[in-house]
Amino acid sequence: MATKDLSNAKDLIQVKNLKKYFNVGRGSVLKAVDDISFSIKEGETLGLVGESGCGKSTTGRTIIRLYEATGGEVIFDGMNVHKLNKKEMKKYTREAQMIFQDPYASLNPRMTVADIIGEGIDIHGLYKGKERQKRIYELLEIVGLNREHANRFPHEFSGGQRQRIGIARALAIEPKFIVCDEPISALDVSIQAQVVNLLIDLQKEFGLTYLFIAHDLSMVKHISDRIAVMYLGSIMELTESHELYENPLHPYTKALLSAIPIPDPEVERNRKRIILEGDVPSPIDPPPGCKFQSRCNMCDDICRKETPKLKEVKPGHFVACHKVK
Amino acid sequence: MVDKNRVLLEVNNLKVSFDTYAGEVQAVRGVTFHVNKGETLAIVGESGCGKSVTSQSIMKLIPMPPGRIKEGSIKFDGRELTKLTDKQMESVRGSEIGMIFQDPMTSLNPTMKVGKQIMEGLIKHQKLNKKEAKEKAIEMLKLVGIPTPEKRVDQYPHEFSGGMRQRAMIAIALACNPKLLIADEPTTALDVTIQAQILDLMRDLQEKLDTAIILITHDLGVVADIANRVAVMYAGVIVETGTLDEIFYNPQHPYTWGLLQSVPRLDTKNKERLVPIEGTPPDLFSPPKGCPFAARCEHAMRICKEEFPEKTQVSDNHYVHCWLQHEMAPKVENPVAERREG
Repeated sequence: MATKDLSNAKDLIQVKNLKKYFNVGRGSVLKAVDDISFSIKEGETLGLVGESGCGKSTTGRTIIRLYEATGGEVIFDGMNVHKLNKKEMKKYTREAQMIFQDPYASLNPRMTVADIIGEGIDIHGLYKGKERQKRIYELLEIVGLNREHANRFPHEFSGGQRQRIGIARALAIEPKFIVCDEPISALDVSIQAQVVNLLIDLQKEFGLTYLFIAHDLSMVKHISDRIAVMYLGSIMELTESHELYENPLHPYTKALLSAIPIPDPEVERNRKRIILEGDVPSPIDPPPGCKFQSRCNMCDDICRKETPKLKEVKPGHFVACHKVK
Repeated sequence: MVDKNRVLLEVNNLKVSFDTYAGEVQAVRGVTFHVNKGETLAIVGESGCGKSVTSQSIMKLIPMPPGRIKEGSIKFDGRELTKLTDKQMESVRGSEIGMIFQDPMTSLNPTMKVGKQIMEGLIKHQKLNKKEAKEKAIEMLKLVGIPTPEKRVDQYPHEFSGGMRQRAMIAIALACNPKLLIADEPTTALDVTIQAQILDLMRDLQEKLDTAIILITHDLGVVADIANRVAVMYAGVIVETGTLDEIFYNPQHPYTWGLLQSVPRLDTKNKERLVPIEGTPPDLFSPPKGCPFAARCEHAMRICKEEFPEKTQVSDNHYVHCWLQHEMAPKVENPVAERREG
């Protein structure tokens, strides 16, 4: 968890000016990810939060290279991910894996659990025959299922169990880095805690590095070392998780934190909420300047002209806002 | 203590089942609760616990067959809803009880203008003519905070954003000034900043119109924000009910403890490990005969697996179904009350 010391760890992933645009027809461009940069250290969990449509899933998918980048680069352990050829790509997919949001849609309903978990093992030729089976049983036990489950099909499992199968599949080829794309959003509260605890335990045991994407900020705070807040394709604020919650600087982060209801009636009664006006604007052909301008109460001339850069205002605390000095 | 003059809705021992090829699913297995005028009752529980089926039975929106109300009564404002014919029910639905659904994307008709969907109920129930109804529809859209309602009233749902669609849903539900509003996970599909807007709006409208609300949700944060009383459901039964503060600060049922402990909180500084509820809810094809939570409860005794516990009164408005309340049960420390003091 967040108490571990990462000051000496080296960067496992560096994301530099990453851009991902989608053509949406009639010459319009949707800028899902618009020039973002950050790095993740070995053994660290970076949380990526934001509202729907802010580009957090696209970021995760572009890092894994499920999408080709429009611009910028992703450096993983010295490799430029988007420049790799087919053979090198196979090597990269062994190192970086993904856990998907919807445990109902991300498992092939016609494959048994053993084949789902074993697919990666077969592709990379890691184990054969008896050893392969042993490895699959071992993985099932690691994620809290048991070996009797190996020959069943996904529809025989509950949502939480399916998510465990998804985690076992990601772990099967011993990756260093896992992108967790909203791994708990589709689960019930009591089951969410089980899966989060499992992810934390696995990180400790195998020294994994996570990019944890979610919109549930309280859960993200719980699991992450550092958190990046995204809005309309840009990173607005990036800092250590406790610093973000105790001392948010960007007006969007402040509003986002104050919008989350806290399960404590007394706190709720005494809280003053910042309610943002309006909705998230469309990411298609956005106006120049700060992305947050249409909902910000501190918006000024400069905000409408110039896009603020992510700058370090305190050691380790980055903010993209003209008004934060 | 049930004050007869304040009670708007009384549900008594409601049992709802669905007949499927695999057998009978007992979705709701004897639920009793009441809602007072002008208050907000939150029904919390995990998916599949029967909270949506309960609310849909009040509106008689359960498809029958396969569903059927096996037993029990639903008394609304002095009338027995289970005895009404479909025709009679139509005059209750939309006019005296309004409903907001979880998914604003699929519960509006995509082929009808938003204004027309609001007008429908007004023309049917309040016998307004088209022109009056349209004026009222514009007024409703304004009330729920949609800018330029005169223009929006002639637009289709796809031209609205998610938050605005939910506002339009609320406008439809409240158009005929119902006494009761059932909100089934009204903010689950929305982003937090939009959720805050919608909750604020619901609270505001409740003050203005004095509507009672049944809020169905699994988000304890939302409950703490807006509810007056809480009913906790598990596997088709209500295991605990009480006022907001009693449920959050002095819960008595181990399932309620589990729910409260399994959510991380933003304002806690120490990084304590989450306490999950191990296991999964029981299968409602063959629900256990004892307490449904016994299989996941760390305090379960032999009696828990044999017999469903009777209702025990903790205080005036606080009831719980749990064998730990029995005088012969061992004393168990309340982890939630303790955490608060600690």
